[in-house]
Amino acid sequence: MTAAVIVDHVSKRYRLYHERNQSLKASLLRGRRARYEDFMALNDVSFEIKEGTAFGLIGENGSGKSTMLKCMARILRPDGGSITTRGKLSALLELGAGFHPELSGRENVYLNGAILGLSRREIDARFDEIVDFSGIEQFIDAPVKNYSSGMYVRLGFAVAINVDPAVLLIDEVLAVGDQEFQNKCTEKISQFRREGRTIVVVSHALSSVRELCDEVALIEHGRLIQVGPAIDTIDHYLTEILSIDPATLGIARRSTGEIKLQGVELMGESGVLPGATALGDSVTFRIHFDALKPVSDPVFGMSLTSSDGVLVTGTNSRDQGLSLEISTGPGWIDLVVPRLLVSPGRYHVTGTIYDTTQMAPIHEVGDLHAFEVVEGNPKTSGIMSLGGTWRAGA
Amino acid sequence: MNQLREYYERRELLSNLVLRELRSRYKRSALGWTWSLLNPLSSVLIYWVVFGVFLKVKAPIGDPSGQGNFVLFLLCALIPWNFFSNGVTQSIESLVVNAGLIRKVYFPRELLVASTIGGLLVTFMIELGVVIAILLIAGNMVLPWLPIVVLLVILQTLLVLGIGLLLSGANVYFRDVRHFVNLLMPMLFYSTPVVYPISYVPVNWQVAGRSIPLRSIYEMNPLVQLVGAYRALLYDLTFPSIGSLAYIAVWSIGLVLIGQFVFNRLDHRLAEEV
Repeated sequence: MTAAVIVDHVSKRYRLYHERNQSLKASLLRGRRARYEDFMALNDVSFEIKEGTAFGLIGENGSGKSTMLKCMARILRPDGGSITTRGKLSALLELGAGFHPELSGRENVYLNGAILGLSRREIDARFDEIVDFSGIEQFIDAPVKNYSSGMYVRLGFAVAINVDPAVLLIDEVLAVGDQEFQNKCTEKISQFRREGRTIVVVSHALSSVRELCDEVALIEHGRLIQVGPAIDTIDHYLTEILSIDPATLGIARRSTGEIKLQGVELMGESGVLPGATALGDSVTFRIHFDALKPVSDPVFGMSLTSSDGVLVTGTNSRDQGLSLEISTGPGWIDLVVPRLLVSPGRYHVTGTIYDTTQMAPIHEVGDLHAFEVVEGNPKTSGIMSLGGTWRAGA
Repeated sequence: MNQLREYYERRELLSNLVLRELRSRYKRSALGWTWSLLNPLSSVLIYWVVFGVFLKVKAPIGDPSGQGNFVLFLLCALIPWNFFSNGVTQSIESLVVNAGLIRKVYFPRELLVASTIGGLLVTFMIELGVVIAILLIAGNMVLPWLPIVVLLVILQTLLVLGIGLLLSGANVYFRDVRHFVNLLMPMLFYSTPVVYPISYVPVNWQVAGRSIPLRSIYEMNPLVQLVGAYRALLYDLTFPSIGSLAYIAVWSIGLVLIGQFVFNRLDHRLAEEV
């Protein structure tokens, strides 16, 4: 497979001015040079993005990932190394960046299209599609300064996406507009992927990066820490840099796959429950798995996450000193809960199997099962019940 | 050569940016494009009253046109001068004004300088058209000279572009450049024969017993040659001297080359510094 973008030993230095000579007088008084420190925003970064794949850039704020994207977009020029791109490139860095407030939407579509490299004839051919996508037909001849910020962004996105790029660069811009428009954008990006175009994304939303991207590069302090399959890189980022246990986020990590989690059954006193149980009832979580080969002493874990993403509770089999020998073939393990004391609502089950050292995951599934808890006995407010009993004093 | 190709490839963008310039210039003003004629009209009025009436500057009789009208004499030089002056001052600002665009999108940034000048060029052509109409009414048959006027306009545009490229990048790093140019512009105006004929400049100037060849020094200013050439064509109805045209061409092409070279050097960190 050929590379759509080759980043070859790229370095970018910023000048951090202590006292900036933006006037000639200051420059003369202080000597010719302004006082500044060099700051390496990118330090010898190399990677390749294969044609037709989605590539993610992750890292903390100020790590250099946006600088990388701007270098790819040719807005910034690297001080060292080179970036080679195959085919037309379009960057969604700031939507509607070239809009002139006094001009109408129609005039701005032509202007912005031209800035992004479209000829007049190409814009003519796509004009209806652009307006249609943005959904602002009736305002297209009004000056854009009268647009709401949502309309502004929608028109900007519609133009940028219609540039017909071979490589599309996206910088967090999809977090704009209402839900309906975001869905439209997501759909358009999926379409781009199906058409075999290359997509490069900078984002903090790790779960969407994992969903969208084939490969991910992790950049920290301007250096490339890791590049490779999305799950591996995100996993490394979470554990090594953010020190977060990915299991708690419901983000699946790489797994050795010796044992596969199959699903969870909720069992009540009278057999399998149809996906709902009541607060205070006795419940057994039966975790089904399938072992490809015998595994000695693995650790099973399970956690519950509420529908708004809060980790409610987690537990594993090692905590209770359970020692297991798993033989080849299907099997199950139970977590017996005498009284389920979480408040009514919907819960998601994350299941994990780790090896005996608890370091290497064998298998993890973020959303293994979902179930409903309904009102029961006792009543409670908040996210859980203490299950206590009131008793009268003396 | 590369640069020429880039200009050619992005000519649609250039024309779009020029259109943006023109469309937005008089947006929301009641008189709109009338302003582009009212402005030179008011300066003609001022210079005519002050220099023609109060100071009694005499326009030389055009040879062979026989024209002696001070206002016509003034117009033939003032309109090109305005293009030069506005072109230089506005193109210097063109990068700083469009900082938002530079930071967010890639395109050849020279186009911002070029489109600013392009917008003014359109205005200049309209004004020049009006001047030519006035000259024709006044009996100056300028039509045969128009091809050379066009050549002169091209050379002047290159001259302005060269200065714009040279200084607009520098202005991003040192905002003083603009103020410095604003200071210099009136000096240039009065050291160019716009409101007076060149014959008012003494050939030799006696300072402390020594003779300085003032006129020769004065004529080294390419704007003197430029204004002189416009006047020869439009006012005198004669061919400007080849030497003078060549002198302008050398300055114009030289400045464009130097300007582009400097611009390329400064372009490197433009998005960070602007």
